[in-house]
Amino acid sequence: MVPGLALFYGGMVRQKNVLTTMMHSFVAMAVIGVQWIAIGYCLAFGQSVGGWIGWSWDYVLLQNLRHTADYADKAIPELVFVMFQGKFAIITPALISGAIAERVKFSGYVVFILLWSTLVYDPLAHWVWAPEGWLFKYGVLDFAGGTVVHIAAGVSALILAALLGPRRDYPAGAILPSNLVLTLTGAGLLWFGWFGFNAGSAVAAEMPVAGHIAGLAFTTTQTAAASAALVWMLIEWWHHGKPTSLGMASGIVAGLVAITPAAGHVAPCWAIVVGSVASLACYAAVRLKSRLGYDDSLDAFGVHGVGGLWGALATGIFCMIPVVGLIHGDAAQLVKQLVGAAATIVYCSIGTLVIGLAVKHTIGLRCDDEQERDGLDLTVHGERGYHFDL
Amino acid sequence: MKLVIAIIRPDRLDAVQSKLQAVLDEGDNFRLTVQPVEGHGRLHGEVEYVRGVEVKPRMVRRTQITIAVNDPYVERAVQAIVEGARSGGTGAVGDGKIFVLPIDDCVRIRTGERGNSAI
Repeated sequence: MVPGLALFYGGMVRQKNVLTTMMHSFVAMAVIGVQWIAIGYCLAFGQSVGGWIGWSWDYVLLQNLRHTADYADKAIPELVFVMFQGKFAIITPALISGAIAERVKFSGYVVFILLWSTLVYDPLAHWVWAPEGWLFKYGVLDFAGGTVVHIAAGVSALILAALLGPRRDYPAGAILPSNLVLTLTGAGLLWFGWFGFNAGSAVAAEMPVAGHIAGLAFTTTQTAAASAALVWMLIEWWHHGKPTSLGMASGIVAGLVAITPAAGHVAPCWAIVVGSVASLACYAAVRLKSRLGYDDSLDAFGVHGVGGLWGALATGIFCMIPVVGLIHGDAAQLVKQLVGAAATIVYCSIGTLVIGLAVKHTIGLRCDDEQERDGLDLTVHGERGYHFDL
Repeated sequence: MKLVIAIIRPDRLDAVQSKLQAVLDEGDNFRLTVQPVEGHGRLHGEVEYVRGVEVKPRMVRRTQITIAVNDPYVERAVQAIVEGARSGGTGAVGDGKIFVLPIDDCVRIRTGERGNSAI
């Protein structure tokens, strides 16, 4: 998933920023990969403190988590669960990087994601996914991270993009992607990796039905991604007369994002609606961006924020298991989904604003104008992505 | 001695090369240098779409060929390029241009030979 995201984002930026953009994903793997073991898992899945945050000394550095332990009452080793959840923790801040690509200061970004993951992601994961978390107990459904991952990343991305201001060449300059072949390769890896995320999230279901739920999540994930890709392609074809490959890739991701919270809760036929509407909503959001003037470079908010929000609501509309949703005559779950989404939006907005401002006024969040002009690959990393022989 | 610089459509390179070969090659292979170039004349770049946003690159991509020829061959070379590079028989906007420039001197690096015989 994370290297897939690196390719997906890397291909969309200009040649001079391809390495730094891919580094945003890889450095998340390095930083959060360590943070998660140190305190991340402990904060998200440790003993609950009032439903707000987890904490157990045993989980700090996983020092007293034996490798033979199973997770809760499930038939999987807890360390496997730690690693599985760790991948969600890693990809979430990496998703944010799309909104601030081509101008964020690398050191500022590294510190930001460390603080954000610790202070925003970990508590949020606890609220929604830990059995004692307050949103979990309230009944919010988030099968594989529509709220925790995508709304959180999307909203934070929007706040950070606003805090950072637009790129020097936006919107007047012709900013064209350097390599859409990378982006399509990345979209393919994301699509495949998403099966692991969504079907794998059936781990939270009771055995032995977990296998059946995994099959359902697998099916709805594929169905929603395909529907969304199809709809995005058709919209563009109708709108511009040309079906673009980037549009196809965007549709795939929009569909995957939207089905994420609903994957193990809705019937496959409704996954078609979840995916199709996701493309309509995300396409509109991406179009609206150019009207509103903020520079979300790679549409982290337009795809993940909007797609995630739709997915959270769609879960309340179409769910059939373990509770029934609006189309089956019960609006209660939709209300719960709204509360979950609203809580996430508020908490992530405030958290990102505070951490963003703190980093901005200490280390700095934006690179120098010369660095931005000459490209971050060369000025920050001392490398170029491509050397072509003369 | 003249330097002939021609900017042509990339897809016409093969045809131009064959036509030049027909008039310039006298058994020892003729000399040709090719490079990709960008620029614009009456045509600008094709509209591209990035997530629904129209971007109009100002440059179009073309191929530039450079050949140096002795005076008797200049007209033949120019005609050959025109025949090879004109698209669709009748030609179209964007087919390119040919420039003919005088050359002061020419040196074959291997032998140090100069002038007409070095071309």
